[in-house]
Amino acid sequence: MRKKILSVLLLCVMAASALAGCGDGSGNGDSGEGSVYFLNFKPEQDEAWQELADAYTKETGVDVTVVTAASGEYETTLMSEMGKDGAPTLFQVNGPVGLANWKDYCLDLSDSDIYGQLVSDDYALIEGDSVYGIAYLIESYGLITNTKLLAKAGYSPDDIQSFDDLKAVAEDISARSDKLGFTAFTSAGMDASSDWRFKTHLANLPLYFEYKDEGVTSAKAVKGTYLDNYRDIFDLYINNATCDGKELAAKTGDDSRNEFLAQEAVFFQNGSWEYNDLAKELGDEALTMLPIYIGVGNEAAQGLCTGTENYWCVNSQADQADIDATLAFINWCVSSETGTQAMANDMGFVIPFQNAAQTPNVFVQQDAANLAAGKVPVAWSFSTMPSEEWKNGVGSALTAYAADPTDANWEAVTAAFVDRWAKEYELANQE
Amino acid sequence: MEKALKRYAPFFVGPVLAAFAIGFIIPFIQGLYLSFCRFTTIDNAQWAGLSNFIHVFSDRSFGSSFRFTVMFTVVSVVLINVLGFALALALTGKLRGTNIFRTVFFMPNLIGGIVLGYIWQILINGVLSIAGKPLLALNAPAGYWGLIILMCWQQIGYMMIIYIAGLQNVPDDLLEAAQIDGASSWKSLWRIKLPMVMPSITICVFLTLTNSFKLFDQNLALTAGEPAHATEMLALNIYNTFYARAGMQWKGFGQAEAVIFCIVVIAISLIQLQATRSKEVQQ
Repeated sequence: MRKKILSVLLLCVMAASALAGCGDGSGNGDSGEGSVYFLNFKPEQDEAWQELADAYTKETGVDVTVVTAASGEYETTLMSEMGKDGAPTLFQVNGPVGLANWKDYCLDLSDSDIYGQLVSDDYALIEGDSVYGIAYLIESYGLITNTKLLAKAGYSPDDIQSFDDLKAVAEDISARSDKLGFTAFTSAGMDASSDWRFKTHLANLPLYFEYKDEGVTSAKAVKGTYLDNYRDIFDLYINNATCDGKELAAKTGDDSRNEFLAQEAVFFQNGSWEYNDLAKELGDEALTMLPIYIGVGNEAAQGLCTGTENYWCVNSQADQADIDATLAFINWCVSSETGTQAMANDMGFVIPFQNAAQTPNVFVQQDAANLAAGKVPVAWSFSTMPSEEWKNGVGSALTAYAADPTDANWEAVTAAFVDRWAKEYELANQE
Repeated sequence: MEKALKRYAPFFVGPVLAAFAIGFIIPFIQGLYLSFCRFTTIDNAQWAGLSNFIHVFSDRSFGSSFRFTVMFTVVSVVLINVLGFALALALTGKLRGTNIFRTVFFMPNLIGGIVLGYIWQILINGVLSIAGKPLLALNAPAGYWGLIILMCWQQIGYMMIIYIAGLQNVPDDLLEAAQIDGASSWKSLWRIKLPMVMPSITICVFLTLTNSFKLFDQNLALTAGEPAHATEMLALNIYNTFYARAGMQWKGFGQAEAVIFCIVVIAISLIQLQATRSKEVQQ
């Protein structure tokens, strides 16, 4: 008898565990009106998205699920989610290179309401007559500056109008760092988790100026015309920093932010997305963002690096009802009072749509002020870098150079930048 | 009885078989099929014939990862098994506190590979920094030995437990007889204990060989293949092929590498099982 009970119990457990797997995901698509599943790229804004999704559900009754991929895992998460039933109806790509993977899944948005709301075609991913992606926020990066420390050293942000000014100020501060109690730059962390600040964002500057010279917006091969300037600015970062160049291989972006928050350095190269973290501790009045000057072009008229790598794409393989629900949701986000307020205030975004609300983000305001003063923003040319593999190659070479800044090691950076570009372009675009 | 067993066999085997099919056989066949395709997700695969495999064999990074993996596997299998066995011998002797030692040596195995990788990265970087040597991300030899130290630290305790179980099964009367016949402890180790624990050796070598060959987490966390892919093992190489470049063809190349990798691991472990099994003795 007891054995029988035991076997019945075991059967129940087995059945329960076998069926449990079927339970989740049924929330999608069972209502006739369609639902939205957004796979979000930005972990910093996860909470704000969840709140906005709830607000939308309350207002319209349409189900909105927001799932945020772990930092650096977006592409892998997207790939596995797309293979499932109830795949994301709304996802994002980072630009033309990312679009190559997902074009088959991107709905043509040229007739959508949200495309009509966009202020400029510069913020859409267009190929031929099709609009595959729409940028939903614009970001800026540059040298985040602690103005209080800068004043303590005897300078104001207005004193820095060119690379030569920056070099003079930085070298003066680092020479007096013992007396001042702080130095010029936070550590240029080259750990693989954070070397994108240099292999991608800083590398954008020589690339941007080269594209500008050539009059192109992407290239099969690059010449590396301004790599010496790239070296100059990177030298400035590593020679006037909180730590020795040899330590950089293990330093992370978090270390760098913490040094900035602990007021150990005046400059921190990063972007407007850092605003919430920094302003909470240092206050708006201590923060500003300077352009990254590398000594090329008309520096007096150089603005921040402003652009986007966040394009919304709608899954063309989803049910029509879900597609309609998704299009309505994103249009609501960028045009309704609730949506635009949440994106501006809770997420700190500036969005390229007609109804955009004012954001409190001082870095974004700085960008607007620069624009008003006639400065030209530096475009995000890095979205045309041929592959992750290319970026990793430049990152490795830069790390080696930071530890031992010799000409031979810089040669390796040049090789990774120029020679690998053509090879990687070919590899990424081969049939 | 036998009739009842036969009648209920499908009932008992069925659920497990279904789970095995869903979790292993079907994905495996699907994976095999995908290795001949270009795809983004498994739903939009396009047939590409043998071109994926042709690419893999002309890809030098796959070859260099293969060599690195073999070098790593040979050294780590030998070190882990020799040290694990030595510890097992020491802890089956009459030592005070053997249970505490066994527990302590086993503990590293309870920590996940990614966490271990980051802990050891900090430790090794600390040592290298004090010694004034280039840090892990720039130092391929340090990365190699770091991986070996990490694997030893994690696996020795586990293998030790298996060897202890084996050693405890060696009959005392055999050892006593040898002692009476005047065999030295060295001789009784080689002539009696080792042949008697051969089944444990089979298991341990199998586990260490396949674990080392398939190593991924620790590799990703400790070195991430730096500098410039010099410490990239096969599993990480496949991952990088899959994700480091955009485009459908790269998914196909990665999948083809994964299939080749799978066949190699199966082949090596079958050869090893054959080789060590043949040395096992019946009590």
